[in-house]
Amino acid sequence: MQYSAPLVAMRQSPWLFPVIATIHLMGLSLIGGAVLVVDLRLLGLGLRSQPVAGLAHDAERWLFRGLVVAVSTGILLFMCFATKYYYLTFFWVKMAALILVIVFTASVHRRVALANEGDVSPMRCKLVALVSLSLWTIVAVGGRYIGFP
Amino acid sequence: MDLFRFFEWLGNTSWSIALHESRYVFLLVLMIHVLTLSVFVGTAAMIDLRLLGKTMTRVPVSQVVTRLLPWSEAGFLVMVVTGTLLFYAAPVARYENVFFRLKMAALLIAVMNVWVFRRTIYRRVGEWDLDPVPPRRVQMVGALSLLLLAIIITAGRMMAYQDYWFG
Repeated sequence: MQYSAPLVAMRQSPWLFPVIATIHLMGLSLIGGAVLVVDLRLLGLGLRSQPVAGLAHDAERWLFRGLVVAVSTGILLFMCFATKYYYLTFFWVKMAALILVIVFTASVHRRVALANEGDVSPMRCKLVALVSLSLWTIVAVGGRYIGFP
Repeated sequence: MDLFRFFEWLGNTSWSIALHESRYVFLLVLMIHVLTLSVFVGTAAMIDLRLLGKTMTRVPVSQVVTRLLPWSEAGFLVMVVTGTLLFYAAPVARYENVFFRLKMAALLIAVMNVWVFRRTIYRRVGEWDLDPVPPRRVQMVGALSLLLLAIIITAGRMMAYQDYWFG
């Protein structure tokens, strides 16, 4: 796949890879913001006088947009050097953590965040937020390691 | 004072050389710098989106600012500390990097944007605090901030490619 014409052109262009990597970073920032608004709130920080459900509902849309940006640019970055990344442990660590965090966010995290106030114990809220933040951190750190020389 | 000479001297101090040559410490600082983007730009972008009326429209603007800005500022502090270390590791190369200069210029304007906002329009936040979509002037501040953050990220990422393109 990485030897197909458009991808060879992409690798040879000195601008394309860094530009796509830049948009990938903007996606990361957006995900970071949307995740932090909800997870900080679950930890009892940030916008703590607001109901979690409202914030989660609002942030969800931007999390999804950030993910679309990061995943689509991520696929392009992967295709540029598919065979190199395929053999990198960190690439697979990142992918595993990414799948885990998406499943976790769409299931447990979502249910807790959208629950009625008081239905979920504060301890459980904090635990869910910490799991979410840890998994996202692994995704980000794994991503950074993929790019290291 | 000759800045170039100063940076040349700075780059020859033993700590600068040590940082430059220590592969792992340098990469660790770089990693913290890049990943803190998600905290600094992430929370700043959520505030900007609120100013644009694009998210958390039922939350008063003042609450979004007071509760999220400290997180953005904390992220910014980490950015400045790690950024200073990255600069210190290779002062002359950074100083001569066109993207570095662009980034610093955009950063300066971004900080000024927030500073002016807090001392002018934000003083009368009570008048539009509950507006789902704040007045146009407020929206402009949010849009300008997002644009500048995008320029900062882009220029920062491109710094690594200066030699490749113009070398």
